[in-house]
Amino acid sequence: MAKQENPYKKYLREDRLPHIFCPGCGNGIVMNTFFKGLEGTDIDFDNIAMVSGIGCSSRVPGYVKCDSLHTTHGRALSFATGLKVGNPDLDVVVFTGDGDAASIGGNHLIHAARRNINLTVICINNNIYGMTGGQISPTSPKGSFGTTAPYGSRDLPFDLAELVSAAGASYVARWTTTHPIQLSKAIQKGLENEGFSFIEVVSQCPTYFGRKNKMKTPLSMHQYIKENSINKRRAEKMDESELEGKIIVGEFTNKPHKELSANIKELVEENSNKGLAIKSAFEELD
Amino acid sequence: MIIIDSKLCKGCDICIATCPKKVYSKSDKVNTKNVYLPFPENEEGCTKCGLCELSCPDQAIYVKKEVE
Repeated sequence: MAKQENPYKKYLREDRLPHIFCPGCGNGIVMNTFFKGLEGTDIDFDNIAMVSGIGCSSRVPGYVKCDSLHTTHGRALSFATGLKVGNPDLDVVVFTGDGDAASIGGNHLIHAARRNINLTVICINNNIYGMTGGQISPTSPKGSFGTTAPYGSRDLPFDLAELVSAAGASYVARWTTTHPIQLSKAIQKGLENEGFSFIEVVSQCPTYFGRKNKMKTPLSMHQYIKENSINKRRAEKMDESELEGKIIVGEFTNKPHKELSANIKELVEENSNKGLAIKSAFEELD
Repeated sequence: MIIIDSKLCKGCDICIATCPKKVYSKSDKVNTKNVYLPFPENEEGCTKCGLCELSCPDQAIYVKKEVE
């Protein structure tokens, strides 16, 4: 008889549950959708390596029963690039937050996208630095409040999905935690895609973003995200004033092109008529 | 049948908001952390779509699908 428990709990380290996330945090939902997306592909769960930096969202790999790498702040993508080039057979998944990917690791993000290395990056964007106490992050909407912006943020936020698609990624999508089915489909496509796949998830942070912006309960944040998200196809027909403060969701880019580890392999084979030197270390062991 | 793990639930009420059939409601039962647990009040309306399982941030909900 099968265990009577949540179908996604079998992927988690049960001794570490319940996890540290606040009540109503979106990170747990993204975890579930990732497993659902994974079940749709033919990728082996044991072949996955999860990489993360620092932040609330970067604690996710610590709860998943697979190989994981917890790295320094903002450098998750650099470590993941090394991991992928070192062993191109691995399926490397990067869990990162908005502060980790867009501010401290901003350059790593655009250059990983430009090189089109075969990684799946899931960026949980909660619009604030949640772990350190509610500071304004590069993706905080204009006019939102935080501990470092008591009169409201004056800057325009980063549009991460547009940024990464302009940098040259081959698959970019943005969904929210209120669209779990669409999100898991996007993660499935990202895992199957050969090249840099970036999935931005707009998530709720009731503890800091919600408390500072008059949405104290997880339900009110959930409702706010649900009401303010517009599909990309509909948003294209609307003008800028109508789109103010809205979250545009959907698939931004789906243009597969040649990726980094295949390019390196080809270069080595063209010039030396031998296989990849890094891989030879593994071959001798067999 | 819907089973809610009282050890894992943190009482965020996202299941109440996501269920399209309005199956869940707030109960007056508390767990060891003084969290008011959700209760599948209108269980006959459940279509076993699994959206609550997917949307539960704490992996606390299990919807038993009766397949013999």
